[in-house]
Amino acid sequence: MATGHDDHHHGPAKGITRWLYTTNHKDIGSMYLWFSFAMFLLGGTFALVIRAELFQPGLQFVDPNFFNQMTTMHGLVMVFGAVMPAFVGLANWMIPLMIGAPDMALPRMNNWSFWILPFAFALLASTLFMEAGAPNFGWTFYAPLSTTYAPSTVTFFIFAIHIMGASSIMGAINIIATIQNLRAPGMTYMKMPLFVWTWLITAYLLIAVMPVLAGVVTMMLFDIHFGTSFFNAAGGGDPVLFQHVFWFFGHPEVYIMILPAFGVISEIVPTFSRKKLFGYDSMVYATSSIAFLSFIVWAHHMFTTGMPLAGELFFMYATMLIAVPTGVKVFNWVTTMFKGSITFETPMLFAIAFVVLFTCGGFTGLMLSIAPADFQYHDTYFVVAHFHYVLVPGAVFSIMAAVYYWLPKWTGNMYDENLGRLHFWLSFIGINILFFPQHFLGLAGMPRRIPDYALQFADFNMISSIGAFIFGFSQLLFLFIVIKTVKGGKKATAEVWEGSHGLEWTVPSPAPYHTFSTPPVVK
Amino acid sequence: MANVTKEAAHSGYDQPYYVPEQSKCPVWASFGLALFVFGMGNLLNDLKADSSTTFSTLLTLAGFGVLATTLFNWFSAQIRENHMGLPGPQLKRSYVLSMYWFIFSEVMFFAAFFGALFYVRQWVIPWLGGEGDKGVSNMLWPNFEASWPVISNPDSSVFSNPGESMAWPGFGGALSYLPLWNTIILLTSSFTVHIAHTALKNNKRQQLILWLGLTVLLGIVFLFLQIEEYAHAYSELGLTLNSGIYGSTFFLLTGFHGFHVTLGTFMLAVMWFRALKGHFKPEDHFGFEAASWYWHFVDVVWVCLFLFVYIF
Repeated sequence: MATGHDDHHHGPAKGITRWLYTTNHKDIGSMYLWFSFAMFLLGGTFALVIRAELFQPGLQFVDPNFFNQMTTMHGLVMVFGAVMPAFVGLANWMIPLMIGAPDMALPRMNNWSFWILPFAFALLASTLFMEAGAPNFGWTFYAPLSTTYAPSTVTFFIFAIHIMGASSIMGAINIIATIQNLRAPGMTYMKMPLFVWTWLITAYLLIAVMPVLAGVVTMMLFDIHFGTSFFNAAGGGDPVLFQHVFWFFGHPEVYIMILPAFGVISEIVPTFSRKKLFGYDSMVYATSSIAFLSFIVWAHHMFTTGMPLAGELFFMYATMLIAVPTGVKVFNWVTTMFKGSITFETPMLFAIAFVVLFTCGGFTGLMLSIAPADFQYHDTYFVVAHFHYVLVPGAVFSIMAAVYYWLPKWTGNMYDENLGRLHFWLSFIGINILFFPQHFLGLAGMPRRIPDYALQFADFNMISSIGAFIFGFSQLLFLFIVIKTVKGGKKATAEVWEGSHGLEWTVPSPAPYHTFSTPPVVK
Repeated sequence: MANVTKEAAHSGYDQPYYVPEQSKCPVWASFGLALFVFGMGNLLNDLKADSSTTFSTLLTLAGFGVLATTLFNWFSAQIRENHMGLPGPQLKRSYVLSMYWFIFSEVMFFAAFFGALFYVRQWVIPWLGGEGDKGVSNMLWPNFEASWPVISNPDSSVFSNPGESMAWPGFGGALSYLPLWNTIILLTSSFTVHIAHTALKNNKRQQLILWLGLTVLLGIVFLFLQIEEYAHAYSELGLTLNSGIYGSTFFLLTGFHGFHVTLGTFMLAVMWFRALKGHFKPEDHFGFEAASWYWHFVDVVWVCLFLFVYIF
């Protein structure tokens, strides 16, 4: 219904300038996704250096300072380079298709948001080759480690954060403007696909907290270079102030990485259950509640900083409240599957794994939210296991699910189902071998961010490292599958999946270079 | 979409929507921005290490040059395309929405600094002075006494004590209190830009140029007085970036505000030149509106600064 006007358009430009100068949301979406995958491999390589070092107790491969650079860069690259850009890439590709828009609201700014990223990460990664070494203070860059005691490359780190923040803000403004302004006639807010809804709220979170991140790195910059004392008690400042401002950004940030994942899962589960999503309205309200709560729970990352008791209690109870809307979501996904005629294609496998394993990560989060218990868990491998369970089988699995789900729409070809399932099972098994033992390590007292450890932790660390290498190398299979699908394969229909529904499945596969130049009417 | 006609682009939903042509600007702007911050990083590190700053200064300037040139070309292209009538009403709504959200992001940027100020005043200083839940921190510097503004730092061998603060001198000294004059100037400028806007909507160009020009002048006067105040603080009060948390919060908040006033004044000045060239129509002047919203925003930030940094 929307493709009759293609004679108005010319196709993509030829050569490299197509990508450099593009204003096309599909091109930009693809660039975001490829960039994100490159960063995923880079950050994964850093992770494998960490796990190789931790394979056995003692110092084997790297010195402790380089180990710290690896943990720092792994976190930064994965959070800002892999997960966030992947979701922005999905948003670029899918939001216009899902709401019946011809493109993003501000196509040139869209291209600017993307092209800042390769430069920002080149700047960040270049610190690895500088004399002072890369940042080594952890991805949370707590002062005074990141100020008084930081290597001189912290300056480049600060500016890299500044410009990738600018990129995120522009990207988020673009997404909000697109959703507010470019929905097809008849598509009211409560008819929007959930992926669009979750992105609307995510974009709002981004605009609200990325400037706060810019603010906190700016204060660092001034403390380092201009003699201020924001994070230095000798001048009347406070290192804990750093943590407050950082986590005011940082906690919404973790929802920025998971809300679009919720959206993806809410698209995939109904398709392969061949049922409508159970509880659409409650999904919208739950997402909004999670976004609201994300602003008032930040200090649960700081229970051991010596906050006043009232603060400990407030942040403990507020954090526990998050389990309620999250529970609503998990309930709705499970209920959508209930009595559905389910098939287990690769996207659905990843989605089900998401529901199960993300819930595990959620439960450990609940354990960590209990302030007195957190005194024990704080800064141990239990925390590492917790946030990797929500980020890897959570956010990353949802991205993989989304890629398998929409790849036929993007390329016009079906991926190889057997290889897809193999990739899933290798990832699923690898991830659990990798992260499950870390719970036990943490509960037994192994601290995070150390290159060496006491002998009693040896066995679980070895198991964990084996899992890491299984998971890491399985991702090369993913790369292979994607390239194979781009090159060819069984032709996909417009609907692609038997149970699919929504505007994106009304355009042909592959989606033409320009879609919906005349908006469809949504009933 | 070169073949989209003006009529088609304007008629809304039933016709092809206008998607802008490819542009070289975004990728060049990214390159310029990256070069600029790379140069800045080197420059700051060179300054700290006392090594030669020639190369890093050149890098910074080159980056800034590329960025500024690109943005100039980018905005020119937008204006040119707008004069050709290419963007339809829907794209213009997108401009408006994105300006709103951009200003919201700026609000949050200042919120981080105000939050830091409130946290320090409400908790950090009392605790260091021995009051409240965490008053035990007083054992670090037992002689430190909590007060705001902090005139005597916990360790004044590391952070020099400011001689005086910028606090409100009482009604007796109000007339010679520079921040009060700056408040009056900036509040007035919000009115003058509003009058200019009304004149534009009524298609009275002479008035538009007059009142907009006056607004730009007020912005420049504000900045001049701000520089005067900083010079006074540095040379006579001994209040510097290095004088502990009071100086840190004072200069960061007023400094970033001053930077935003500079940007706002620049934007309004561009609009003034555009008005001289005959740009803007009574029903179509988004560039002007965006600059004036931004101006009202920096005005509101100043009122908060005046209350919480200077007065209370």
